[in-house]
Amino acid sequence: MTEACDTCLRRGYLIGRLAAPIARLLDRPGRRAPGLLALGDDPLVSAVAGENAGEVRAFIEAFDPDGAREHLESLSLGAVCRHAAGYPAPLLALGDPPSALFLAGGASPLARLTAEPAVALVGTRNPSPYGLEMAYELGRGLGAAGVTVVSGLALGIDAAAHRGCVDAGGTAVAVLAGGPDVPYPRTNRRLYGRIRASGAVVSELPPGQRAYRWAFPARNRIMAGLAAVTVVVEAADPSGSLITSVFAADLGRTVAAVPGRVTSRFSAGSNRLLKDGALMVTSARDLLDELFGPGLDARGAGRGDDAGLGAGPGPTLDPLEQGALDALEAGLGIDGVCAHAGLPAREARALLARLESSGHLRRDGLGGYRRTAAIR
Amino acid sequence: MLASVATFGLEGVDAREVTVEVDVRRGLPAFTIVGLPDVAVRESRERVRAALLNSSLDFPLSRLTANLAPAWVRKAGASFDLALAICVLAASGQVPPERLEATAVCGELSLGGAVRSVRGALAVALAARDAGYARLIVPVENAPEAALASGLEVLGLSSIERIVDVLHERRAAEPAHAREPVKALPGAPDLADVRGQPDAKRALEIAAAGAHNLLMVGPPGAGKTMIARRIPGILPPPSFDEALEITRIRSVAGLGGGLAIERPFRAPHHTISAQGLVGGGARPRPGEITLAHRGVLFLDELAEFSRAALEALRQPLEDGFAAITRGQRSLVFPARTMLLAACNPCPCGGATDGCECAATERARYHRRLSGPLLDRIDLVCQVSPPPAVDLVGNESFGESSTSVRERVITARERQLHRLEGSPARCNGGMDGRTTRRHALLRGAAVQRLVEVVDRGALTGRGHDRVLRLARTIADLAGREAIVTDDVDEALGYRLGSLGEAAA
Repeated sequence: MTEACDTCLRRGYLIGRLAAPIARLLDRPGRRAPGLLALGDDPLVSAVAGENAGEVRAFIEAFDPDGAREHLESLSLGAVCRHAAGYPAPLLALGDPPSALFLAGGASPLARLTAEPAVALVGTRNPSPYGLEMAYELGRGLGAAGVTVVSGLALGIDAAAHRGCVDAGGTAVAVLAGGPDVPYPRTNRRLYGRIRASGAVVSELPPGQRAYRWAFPARNRIMAGLAAVTVVVEAADPSGSLITSVFAADLGRTVAAVPGRVTSRFSAGSNRLLKDGALMVTSARDLLDELFGPGLDARGAGRGDDAGLGAGPGPTLDPLEQGALDALEAGLGIDGVCAHAGLPAREARALLARLESSGHLRRDGLGGYRRTAAIR
Repeated sequence: MLASVATFGLEGVDAREVTVEVDVRRGLPAFTIVGLPDVAVRESRERVRAALLNSSLDFPLSRLTANLAPAWVRKAGASFDLALAICVLAASGQVPPERLEATAVCGELSLGGAVRSVRGALAVALAARDAGYARLIVPVENAPEAALASGLEVLGLSSIERIVDVLHERRAAEPAHAREPVKALPGAPDLADVRGQPDAKRALEIAAAGAHNLLMVGPPGAGKTMIARRIPGILPPPSFDEALEITRIRSVAGLGGGLAIERPFRAPHHTISAQGLVGGGARPRPGEITLAHRGVLFLDELAEFSRAALEALRQPLEDGFAAITRGQRSLVFPARTMLLAACNPCPCGGATDGCECAATERARYHRRLSGPLLDRIDLVCQVSPPPAVDLVGNESFGESSTSVRERVITARERQLHRLEGSPARCNGGMDGRTTRRHALLRGAAVQRLVEVVDRGALTGRGHDRVLRLARTIADLAGREAIVTDDVDEALGYRLGSLGEAAA
């Protein structure tokens, strides 16, 4: 599945070879070099390799593209270069698009991005329960509606967004800062496996490469480049996820944010974006409206507004169930459910367990019930 | 001249027979004790000498050697005083040795010759009876407790003089009687005092009915501790044998009191050490889990306990006993207890209008809780502070503990009957195999559980827990068949997934 010309493939491996020298140069507080990856091979080597430049040039000379393709093949990985049909066209809008994208999983999720818009869901690695819930629900809603969800597999918001999308059977694209065969962070390796099986994991860096600090903002530009809309689900101020929104804004793409509590330290960044005019997102529906026009779906057909946006349990709630949900939502707890529905405790628990099965409720860490966000 | 007297030393919650031998020989006056005595035992030479002389008895001016057999076991404490004194008297011809043959003695002496009370009298009495002694002489304060051991004549005597008189049969001694157990204290916490909280009460009832371990989750002030304190009142009262076990442990720990009529409720503070929780020390003493034997161990603020302490609880909870090894000795403390735990839903205490904890803080908190201990918890319920209406209202909503207890007892009887021939005595004690044999689902109920397992919402272990719980719920309803509603309710009380991100 390697679709890359020799030059681009070599460029990809060259960046891998230079990852450590670049890190020596940049991985210190305050150091940034935005145009670095836009440089051609030779100037790039001169800029970063220093006294090892000769060695690196020898590496370029000796590069064996067919050997590299075989190596990728043997790892069940692939690569697409920007001259190939499978390369996602939106990415070319970047000033410094990656010459080659290394790829684990299917090639078609990436190719599809040329014709179909994707949404990037990004946010803090240390979110509040609210942020996690929103990321999961947005991911799930988009996944169910057939919109590709792009994120970075990081802890917190990224992982929740991916998880929501994969749970809904949608297509997730994870953009990594290290090689596409290196699940990073390790905590998310199971999620990595699920995305690799049903979607795609891509990276600008060749296989086996560890993630350096400089590679994260570089990765963020790819996420912004792939997506038509970048949503900051939850971010403090300052925050790395705001960098992604800056890339998106520079590309003229839509920047969106999920509103958070004004008093919450977790939401300062995303709330500031809203103040600056970002699109306000309260459900996946808002994103579909933005992408396809109000009330339309990916094919331009009208969508029944509640169908497909969630697990879709249908409108079959009887008054008792509705009452129970309302009581929980009002924060009255399970005792409140008993009181409002007039049920003995033993029936209330059974009722809630059934509502959990039908997708109206879900469990919070220590077993408390919460209403799911999508089905309102 | 040589004489010997039987006495008992405490080892864990049991008593071990110790034979005291005294040899009186001519020579320079001296009194030596051999047989691994500790300092308290060695000091008993002085107590024995003074007690005899102050009781107008003779302390022989000869060379005395006392041996405590078996000689390889360490002897500790002052409870060998009485046996040493009587043995000296017998060896010097002041009491007839043949009267001591079927008699064991145990007690501490004062310098004036009075007999002071000791710990573990019931354990001593039970061991003496089992070793075939017909008569046991104990301090008068310990007599009612020791008399709980049937088939043994217990004499409670207050001074060494009286003991000598009794041994000479100059004076008759009335055998002691077990004190009538005190009836339930009128102030014992009753479930009827708890306003509202129907869900937590239900969870408590299920937990009591099947002896399931229960975790209550709720913000501070929601009433978790108040509810927990009411569980001994709805557990079935201890049988006589259980009461003996409880009393024996209490006595060994120096907590005293007559026959226990209620199950123990132990609520150690969260700063407790692993040793304090499961027992130990240079001279191993029972830990809180043993003091809660046949009762309830309540761990409030579960997340605040040290990792080591919680880790140490795992084996006793699994096996029903705590095995302590110190140096060359190894002891077994009984620890068949029901675990009740309480914690906050998250580090911030779980403010009702949205918690403000970051995901990493929550994950750290959950990691502290999860692991070995949560595997042993069948039932999780959320406790929220009752609404003002419930608190202010005048009427008492709750059912009394007595009527809940009746249902619990009926449910326990069903379980006992069903589990005959298996090691478990109640649903909470069933292992995986027993569970699957006795908690058979049929028809729609199977379907229901299959659905949940298919969704990936239930692991294998979680599946067994739900079955056990559903079994108890059906037992409470007096049904042999487990129906779908039982399964649903059991699912409602299971633990959500911890450790991974909330989504």
